[in-house]
Amino acid sequence: MIQLLNTILIGLTSGAIYALMAMAIVLVWRSTRVINFAQAGLALASTYIGYQVFQIVDNYWIALFVAMAAGAALSAFIEIAFMRLLLKHTSSGPIASVAPIIATLGLLGIVKAIITMIWGGQDAVIKPPLSNTGFSLGSSTLVFSPMKLAIITSVAVLVLIFSLFFQKTNIGLALRASAYAPEIARLAGVKVDLVRTLGWALSGAAGAVAGLLLTSNGNGSFSPESMEFSLLLISGFIAAVIGGLDSLVGAVLGGVVLGLVTSFVLMYISGSLFFIAPFVVLLLVLFIRPQGIIGVKAGRRA
Amino acid sequence: MSLVVKDLVVDHGAIRAISGVTFSVQARTLTAVIGANGAGKSTLLRTLSGLNTATAGTAHWGDHDLLHGKPESHVRQGVSHVSEGKSVVAELTVEENLDLGALWRRNKKEAGESKEQVIQLFPRLGERLSQRADTLSGGERQMLAIGRALMSKPRLLLLDEPSLGLAPLVIEQIFQTIRGIVDSLDLTVVLVEQNAMGALKIADNGVVLNLGSVAATGSASDLIADPAVRAAYLGY
Repeated sequence: MIQLLNTILIGLTSGAIYALMAMAIVLVWRSTRVINFAQAGLALASTYIGYQVFQIVDNYWIALFVAMAAGAALSAFIEIAFMRLLLKHTSSGPIASVAPIIATLGLLGIVKAIITMIWGGQDAVIKPPLSNTGFSLGSSTLVFSPMKLAIITSVAVLVLIFSLFFQKTNIGLALRASAYAPEIARLAGVKVDLVRTLGWALSGAAGAVAGLLLTSNGNGSFSPESMEFSLLLISGFIAAVIGGLDSLVGAVLGGVVLGLVTSFVLMYISGSLFFIAPFVVLLLVLFIRPQGIIGVKAGRRA
Repeated sequence: MSLVVKDLVVDHGAIRAISGVTFSVQARTLTAVIGANGAGKSTLLRTLSGLNTATAGTAHWGDHDLLHGKPESHVRQGVSHVSEGKSVVAELTVEENLDLGALWRRNKKEAGESKEQVIQLFPRLGERLSQRADTLSGGERQMLAIGRALMSKPRLLLLDEPSLGLAPLVIEQIFQTIRGIVDSLDLTVVLVEQNAMGALKIADNGVVLNLGSVAATGSASDLIADPAVRAAYLGY
């Protein structure tokens, strides 16, 4: 019973982080139809910036906030300075659909190299703000800790803010219209280029929070070569695909599903299958329901 | 205010879609642009609204240059384009589609009045405000597309094939509505249509395009009476 509860709560925690990363990937996909592999690099860079701020102010939440802003700025910068030109130059021809994606892989390498140049390859530590000692339940102790609870809560709050923003504000409406039908949005007077940059900025912010919370889900230490960050990219991407790639709700569901599945595999089957499980889930989804669990009908690509 | 197009040339890659088109449209009139498939009708509208780039020539709405600048800046100058194929955002609700057209407007009170005006014009939309646009019938979608354009408070409205894929009765209704808004709002309309007869019947003037060039222009009644136009475009 305790094990089941642990499995679910751990799954939800990592699922929440995957969900954020998936949202980051979906936001970029919706605004420019690019899968941004550099997202992991941006999340890492933002986390380092958060680390730097944490060194100075010694306040986790301020560090998180600054990391978010930095992630947004970095991501917007990459969209304006790099992707916009690239998309213009590769808008036709046989490599049109691959070039931007490969370019983001290149960017990932560049961003990581720059991070290593600035901060070195050593482990950095952002002390988690809350205890990672599990809650006690009667006589036993859960793996689920105040920090993990805070992670889930932060993600839930952020998802809520994002969805209210998208559903209830004028800018949110412009973002949705530009994602679904850029030409019509343009004809209606929406400055689609600006809105795209905003989509990238929001994505960068979500990725930054995912990065910082990821470190706090462990002991707070990370490095440019952290396994966790590579996994974060893959999991976020898989979660986004499970969710249909076009839907923020889907991204969140995809993240939670993936978190739960990997957690159950780890606890009940075998730790060695932990790294394979996400890919198995991905393949299953692609075979059974390629449009994702919330996917829109295939063919719509306005 | 008038629309003046001079020696307009538009290329699609190596293909010349429009080769030297000249015509003008007086304010508060309805001009039908007719012609066969591939005559360059849609390209013409897309160029005027800034979606396509012209190779040569000029086009002005009043003193606003239509050939330079993006669609989003043309909208702010009073030029709205309803593109081919029911230009609504399927995933958004009816109300969101309408609001979309007025997002850029600073004066939210006036935007609200425009919405009331559109709903008065298309009561069916008013009944379906919270429905997703893809649940509407073809005719309702076309009304929504036009309504969205009207939300931008246009002076020049470019309509691309509003009759496409609609039942004859619905087409009739849409055409009457278009005539109605030209008469009741301070509005100039360029209507591109394959349904040449239907369009000429409600239009003041007509422009006949053939393979990217102007084959004939004149008042709509003259064009309807012209034996060559009748034979080639009106089918009798």
